[in-house]
Amino acid sequence: MNSLFLQEVPLSWYLLLSAVLFALGIVGFLIKRNLITVFMSIELMLNAVNLSFVTFAHQWHAVKGQIFVFFVMMVAAAEAAVGLAIIIAVFRARATLSVDRIDLMKL
Amino acid sequence: MHLILFILFAGFCLAGAINLLLQSHPINSALSLIVVMVSLAVLYLLLGAEFLAAAQVIVYAGAIMVLFTFVVMLLNAGREEHTMGSRVARSVGFPAVVVILGVIATVILHAQGLGAARDTDAITGTEELSRVLFTDLLLPFEVTSVLVLIAILGAVALASHGGGERTGPK
Amino acid sequence: MNAYFHLWLIPLAPFAGFLINGILGRRLPKWLVTTVALLTPLAAFGVVLNAALGFFGIGKGVIPVIGSLPLPFTETFPLPWIDIGSLRVDFSFVLDQLSLVMLLVVTGVGFLIHIYSVGYMGGEKGYARYFSFLNLFLFFMTVLVLAGNALVMFIGWEGVGLASYLLIGFWFQKKSAADAGKKAFIVNRIGDFGFLIGMFLLLANFGTLSFSAIGEKLIANPGWQGGVLTVIALCLLLGATGKSAQLPLYIWLPDAMEGPTPVSALIHAATMVTAGVYMITRTHVLFDHSPFALGAVAVVGAATALLAATIGTVEHDIKRVLAYSTISQLGYMFLGCGVAAYSAAIFHLVTHAFFKALLFLAAGSVIHAVGGEQDLRRLGGLWKKLPVTFAVTTIGVLAIAGFYPFAGFYSKDAILYAAFLQGAGGKALWFVGLVTALLTSYYMFRLWYKTFLGKPSSPEAHPHECPWSMMVPLLILAALSICGGWIGMERFGAFLAPAVGVKSMAGNAQLELNLSIAAVAVALLGWLAADRFYRQRPRWASHQAHVNPRIYGLVLHKYYVDEIYGALIVKPLFGISKYLLGWFVDTALLGGGAWLLGGTAQFAGALLQRWQSGNLRSYAAWLAAGAAALLLFIVVPWSTIWPASLNLIFKMAGH
Repeated sequence: MNSLFLQEVPLSWYLLLSAVLFALGIVGFLIKRNLITVFMSIELMLNAVNLSFVTFAHQWHAVKGQIFVFFVMMVAAAEAAVGLAIIIAVFRARATLSVDRIDLMKL
Repeated sequence: MHLILFILFAGFCLAGAINLLLQSHPINSALSLIVVMVSLAVLYLLLGAEFLAAAQVIVYAGAIMVLFTFVVMLLNAGREEHTMGSRVARSVGFPAVVVILGVIATVILHAQGLGAARDTDAITGTEELSRVLFTDLLLPFEVTSVLVLIAILGAVALASHGGGERTGPK
Repeated sequence: MNAYFHLWLIPLAPFAGFLINGILGRRLPKWLVTTVALLTPLAAFGVVLNAALGFFGIGKGVIPVIGSLPLPFTETFPLPWIDIGSLRVDFSFVLDQLSLVMLLVVTGVGFLIHIYSVGYMGGEKGYARYFSFLNLFLFFMTVLVLAGNALVMFIGWEGVGLASYLLIGFWFQKKSAADAGKKAFIVNRIGDFGFLIGMFLLLANFGTLSFSAIGEKLIANPGWQGGVLTVIALCLLLGATGKSAQLPLYIWLPDAMEGPTPVSALIHAATMVTAGVYMITRTHVLFDHSPFALGAVAVVGAATALLAATIGTVEHDIKRVLAYSTISQLGYMFLGCGVAAYSAAIFHLVTHAFFKALLFLAAGSVIHAVGGEQDLRRLGGLWKKLPVTFAVTTIGVLAIAGFYPFAGFYSKDAILYAAFLQGAGGKALWFVGLVTALLTSYYMFRLWYKTFLGKPSSPEAHPHECPWSMMVPLLILAALSICGGWIGMERFGAFLAPAVGVKSMAGNAQLELNLSIAAVAVALLGWLAADRFYRQRPRWASHQAHVNPRIYGLVLHKYYVDEIYGALIVKPLFGISKYLLGWFVDTALLGGGAWLLGGTAQFAGALLQRWQSGNLRSYAAWLAAGAAALLLFIVVPWSTIWPASLNLIFKMAGH
């Protein structure tokens, strides 16, 4: 019990978690049919990358790693805003959010 | 302690991610994603990034995911319909994912020099972070704010009724 | 050198006529076309006459440019034509005794025929076109004669072939005429190939194409005989046989009779076909250094003469008889060259121009009179209606048969005499020549009888004499046929000697006299035979034809030479063109290649088109695949994986 409490977590586990989350994000991108859900998978991928950045920042005690995560968050926010605006526009034009139905190159 | 917390919240992450994939209604997927965000915040705390943990909760879970939820509710997207899947996506995409995951995992597992998560003495204070942010990396910071401004403008322009040409089934 | 004779005017004047009549002719009034067409050859003739008078020192001071003209006289264009390395070819015109004689014949007889054409072709639609082509021919012919080197001569050579093609096919709507033009041009081309090869060899061995330079080199090396010189000479001979219609390339000349009669007179009797003889005489130094080639020339000439004469005895078309007669007489000229009696050959060339042109023009008058009929079997009894034509034709026939004192007697005798003196082979050639003379007399008188004497075959025809424009040239040529030979071989030979060398003859006057008597006797024999078979017993000929059908058929069909050529050469060529080149190369290879290119592009396009599906998920999948490939490429140590995997395989195989 004691040893279990005091055991350290190898950083590679964090990185593996990050990789798995990333892969799950790609899978979601590939199999989900709702446009918003696809977008959410992209956010998941971004978060996975954030986790690996923080891990490495912890490894080498580099503040810049965490600052980069900060920037990634900002970009993700901007991207989310604009992307959702686009989705709204697409919905207005096509009246559908199914990825397979939106296959013409122009609206 | 560290280990137990890690396993717990890593489990929440994975569960949330898998649930995101398995749910058919987007609102459920959004809520699962919120779970993933919050769990990740805890993991950041475990790694000593307290500011980032707070930012993750405030920005990601509190703003971005709320935005997602609002849009879902606005567009009233119902359950996903089962359209024909893309054969290419399955035949090319899945092996690609497997390869990516395999390669990264192999690299990680064979990497030398990765230590373990140190404990509380490795916490990065907000003061330290802000000092670097506002001196060495001031330019990217300002640029990012401009970026956010542009994003706001773009979003407003796209989502408003009069913006741009609309050709589609009316 | 105080005189500049403007030799370039001689070709230029007809060329100007060609341009004017060719480009503007259709819009000009007829009298203007005629004037231009007649003035230009007259101008050329005038310049030639000027030069001739200058040579003889006549009219000093009357015509300003004449001093006394020393020959050879060379005019060169200041800029060279080809100037590469050691090769230099100029545009040079040379006037010496030989070219002077030829030019007098070409421009003089040419001018007369131009006058005749005004009357003969007066009603034709292509009047201006005809005269422009005729002038074009004169231009090229004068270039050929004046040429100072082989390349300039080749320009003229090819050009007269072109003009001949254009004029033979003058009535190009008629398929037979168009085909005849093509045949002439193509057969000529075969000869030109020989000429070209000869030129290349000349260039390789002498480094120059100038006749004078080559002549000097050969004279300086009298021991250089045979070998490559024989090859060159034989190549040139091939060219000459093409142009001068000798074996084996004579087949185009009878077909060339599809052209208008004045064309036949000018080109295919008097001037163009003599170009081969002229060329051999020009390069005679080369032939002198190659006895084998010289012998070949003589044999070709004699054989052709005999062959053509036999065919001439059974031909029914009046112009074809004359065509075969031309081939035969050209054979005489070749025979003369072949025994190195070049002056005699040129002498015969000159007299032949006179009486053959006369005969053709007279035939044209007959054809014009009876409204286009050319078949001997349907002519007859015209002597009363066409008295002048009858008279001049008689003169022409007597001249070609070689009766004393007409022109043909002197020149033919000179050739036969020279042949006889050439040793055993020469005597055989003499005999062949004699037999040919017999046949010549025979078939010419046959033509004479069938055309003019006897009963008129179609009594309802109303033949009329020709207009004066056609009459005057006939009369002039008749006069020349009578007195053209009176200059005599000695004087003529002496005149030409600086240009063609002197042949030392080992005979004596008595032998010459005997041979002349033999020739005249033979001609008389031919006349008597023709008289017997065509006047006294006119049905003998057709009776003979029935009795010996196979021989008759053989000769009538010209020994099936055309058919043999057709099967041996023309048919395989067509086959190759159609199947090998037409189907295989063109359709299969080239077409298939083009189709392959296009097809590949289309196929690739169709393939890639499916990639741009618009489907978001497939795009995502390809993105992921790309990322995976990149990762693999970066991470995997490719340089060690190859041997490592081999090791692995071997290990696994080992267990």
